Amino acid sequence: MFGSFIKKSRAKSPWIMHFDCGSCNGCDIEVLACLTPLYDVERFGIINVGNPKHADVLLVTGTVNHRNKKVLKNIYDQMPEPKAVIAIGACGNTGGVFRDAYNVVGGVDKVIPVDVYVPGCPAKPEAIIDGVVVGLGKFAQKVEEAE
Amino acid sequence: MDTLILVIIGLVAGPVIGGLVAGLDRRVTAWFQSRQGPPIMQAFYDVAKLLGKEKMVVNQWQILCAWVYLIAAAVSVALFFAQGDLLVIFFVQAVGAVFLVMGAMSAKSPYSQVGAQRELMQILAYEPVLILVFVGIYLVTGSFSISSVWELEQPLLAKMPLLYLALGYALTIKLRKSPFDFSTSHHGHQELVKGVLTEYSGPYLALVEIAHWYETVLVLGLCALFWSTNVFWMAALLIGTYALEILVDNTMARMTWRWMLKRVWLLGMGMSVVNLIWLYAG
Ligand code: SF4
Repeated sequence: MFGSFIKKSRAKSPWIMHFDCGSCNGCDIEVLACLTPLYDVERFGIINVGNPKHADVLLVTGTVNHRNKKVLKNIYDQMPEPKAVIAIGACGNTGGVFRDAYNVVGGVDKVIPVDVYVPGCPAKPEAIIDGVVVGLGKFAQKVEEAE
Repeated sequence: MDTLILVIIGLVAGPVIGGLVAGLDRRVTAWFQSRQGPPIMQAFYDVAKLLGKEKMVVNQWQILCAWVYLIAAAVSVALFFAQGDLLVIFFVQAVGAVFLVMGAMSAKSPYSQVGAQRELMQILAYEPVLILVFVGIYLVTGSFSISSVWELEQPLLAKMPLLYLALGYALTIKLRKSPFDFSTSHHGHQELVKGVLTEYSGPYLALVEIAHWYETVLVLGLCALFWSTNVFWMAALLIGTYALEILVDNTMARMTWRWMLKRVWLLGMGMSVVNLIWLYAG
């Protein structure tokens, strides 16, 4: 019984952590807009934490470049399982308009496994919330498979 | 036998009440910000989720410290429910508080270190106030035991109103609310990330959270003692105090530890001492 309560709780309290891999700030303000009273993601139990050790979901915005790919990997490794990664915006998905620049590695999935891609430039808050919900479904599935 | 039952009630009721209070708190805070806020049960979901996460620690000390913090908090609540001695309760909860700081100190992370220093300052600020409140209770009832408070004819609040105000400081610090939330920073993305809690993760963070619920119940229980003669007024006092606490939390910015020490020592202890002199002379 307690085990199933834990399982149910996972989807009810996703703590997100937001990492900016050199985005233009467009996607970041949309992520933060989700916390405002208009969208109020806290009603789904979502909290924006600043610490990978407390986070369940990693939201990554911006293109990954050779400088920050180590940081991204490091943050990802510090998150305890089960965890999910959501790439946000054209930049996070593929590298966006910056994909041909000499210092750019590409999308987030070049460095760490990504569960959900949220498109848009910038991604809309509604799409980001949607992405987190889909991500939770995925990570519930992952936990099930691991057991 | 009765004591044993009371102890068990305390151990079970502690986290249940504490979790509900935490959920309600977030709800009311959201209302202040014209948001809807999470469900009341949110605090339980959070802790259950944390319990199911991978066990990651920086070093073995943290495991011990999280457990000691939890056990000390639980024992102090159990003693409180079992009508124990106020001084024993005080020492047991102080042991827990110190272990939380030691756990944070054991990790090298600067956030955790700074958080631990600030937590020590907080302990330094509220412990004397708590002791003075207990001394006040002793002067009124002639004993440190809680059962003697229940035998009073007149509520404690009539005899020690200033000490109740001072206890309000201790409550704010213990709940880690603004303006005294600088050891954990209420929102996790501020300058300190999460202070003392930075290096705790997964199940160990859940233990610390449950311990925090116990402590909330303990301090609210101390507040309840101030109107022990009438259950209705006791509830009104508690609800009023906690509502004021949330209001202060939402309208204040975080202050520095120097500000806190000045405020709590000068005002809090000042009020306590005046009240004690009045009790002693009168
Ligand atoms: S996707 Fe668009 S808005 Fe988002 S970081 Fe890239 S350029 Fe900026």
